[in-house]
Amino acid sequence: MATLKEALTSPVFKNNPIALQILGICSALAVTSSLKVTLVMCISVILVTGFSNLAVSAIRNHIPSSIRIIVQMVIIASLVIVVDQLLKAYAFAISKQLSVFVGLIITNCIVMGRAEGFAMKNPPLASFIDGIGNGLGYSVVLFSVGFVRELLGSGSLFGIDVLPTINDGGWYVPNGLLLLPPSAFFLIGIFIWILRAVQKDQVEKEEFKITKNTRSVKEAF
Amino acid sequence: MEHFISLFIRSVFIENMALAFFLGMCTFLAISKKIQAAIGLGIAVIVVLTLTVPVNNLIYNYLLRDGALAWAGYPDVDLSFLGLLSYIGVIAAIVQIMEMFLDKFVPALYSALGVFLPLITVNCAIMGGSLFMVERDYTFAESVVYGAGAGTGWALAIAALAGIREKLKYSDVPEGLRGLGITFITVGLMSLGFMSFGGIDL
Repeated sequence: MATLKEALTSPVFKNNPIALQILGICSALAVTSSLKVTLVMCISVILVTGFSNLAVSAIRNHIPSSIRIIVQMVIIASLVIVVDQLLKAYAFAISKQLSVFVGLIITNCIVMGRAEGFAMKNPPLASFIDGIGNGLGYSVVLFSVGFVRELLGSGSLFGIDVLPTINDGGWYVPNGLLLLPPSAFFLIGIFIWILRAVQKDQVEKEEFKITKNTRSVKEAF
Repeated sequence: MEHFISLFIRSVFIENMALAFFLGMCTFLAISKKIQAAIGLGIAVIVVLTLTVPVNNLIYNYLLRDGALAWAGYPDVDLSFLGLLSYIGVIAAIVQIMEMFLDKFVPALYSALGVFLPLITVNCAIMGGSLFMVERDYTFAESVVYGAGAGTGWALAIAALAGIREKLKYSDVPEGLRGLGITFITVGLMSLGFMSFGGIDL
């Protein structure tokens, strides 16, 4: 059981899909300006990753390797269509806000990457857990970005006012920058920095080492 | 004509695929270490977007949308739920055909693009182009212009980022921020720069 637990928890911090594997960043940035939308997006991604891994792994021995990408694509696309139709039926307002990003789960590299990298080689149960784990890792980053953006950008969490804004007679001046696209990049950059400060082994090697300044101060002036 | 020019300018600068909608980020960050490779990928994206968006536009308008099958005698059929599956199929097929075509007739360009061509299938910018086209209800002519513009904008952004990263290699970046972290912050600053186009209303 230890390995199953590992498959679930290691993608969350140790091998985070966004921070370390550089997968699935495309949608991570655009849907984080309000937590409600972020939550729906996270649930969709977790479900799609989990079930596509399960399905791919279940038929992995019957897929000819030359057409495996297409087979995976069809499985993922069908799952995304189901999610898309469900959202349109039960949460129309949110699906309008997510606009094209539900459809873009298909090209989200996490789903494809895990299907190709893990599910093709492992039994169904482990693959399913791995899919859920990677979806969770994705959600952790999305949530922390969404939390900061909504709290400081519009003074609310899940649409409930936490910091009363100046416009409503409160004291908090909302920081409009956090609702704009660039802030998401900065926040993810900082998230990666914090993560790598804690887990030193994730630091990337320098391509170009700057040599130490060998001259003494006296010589230089 | 004026309408098309402003649509083109808007899709290149104001609604830049990479910097305003974050589409195609995975490849954007992964293949922007060298200018040469970045420009090659950029050109490939322009070509593929200019082809796929109009083709998907035709498929949507004549096969999938509500009442689109009226010409075949089925005016009540609405196949728009099949959209996602058909677009990704069309994209994969066009990339494959283009690869074979280039291999046969323009081998120089084929070897220059190399591994980037198949990678393009899973680039969100391509899929995003088709989805935006459907959402905004572009006509066929508009979709050609939009595809070319969106591709150009993406190519411009990746070439610019590669230029910055080549210089950045020689700077002393704090340990945890090295590599991916500093790239994110660079892209954030670039995106901030592109926001200044936002005030232009065409």
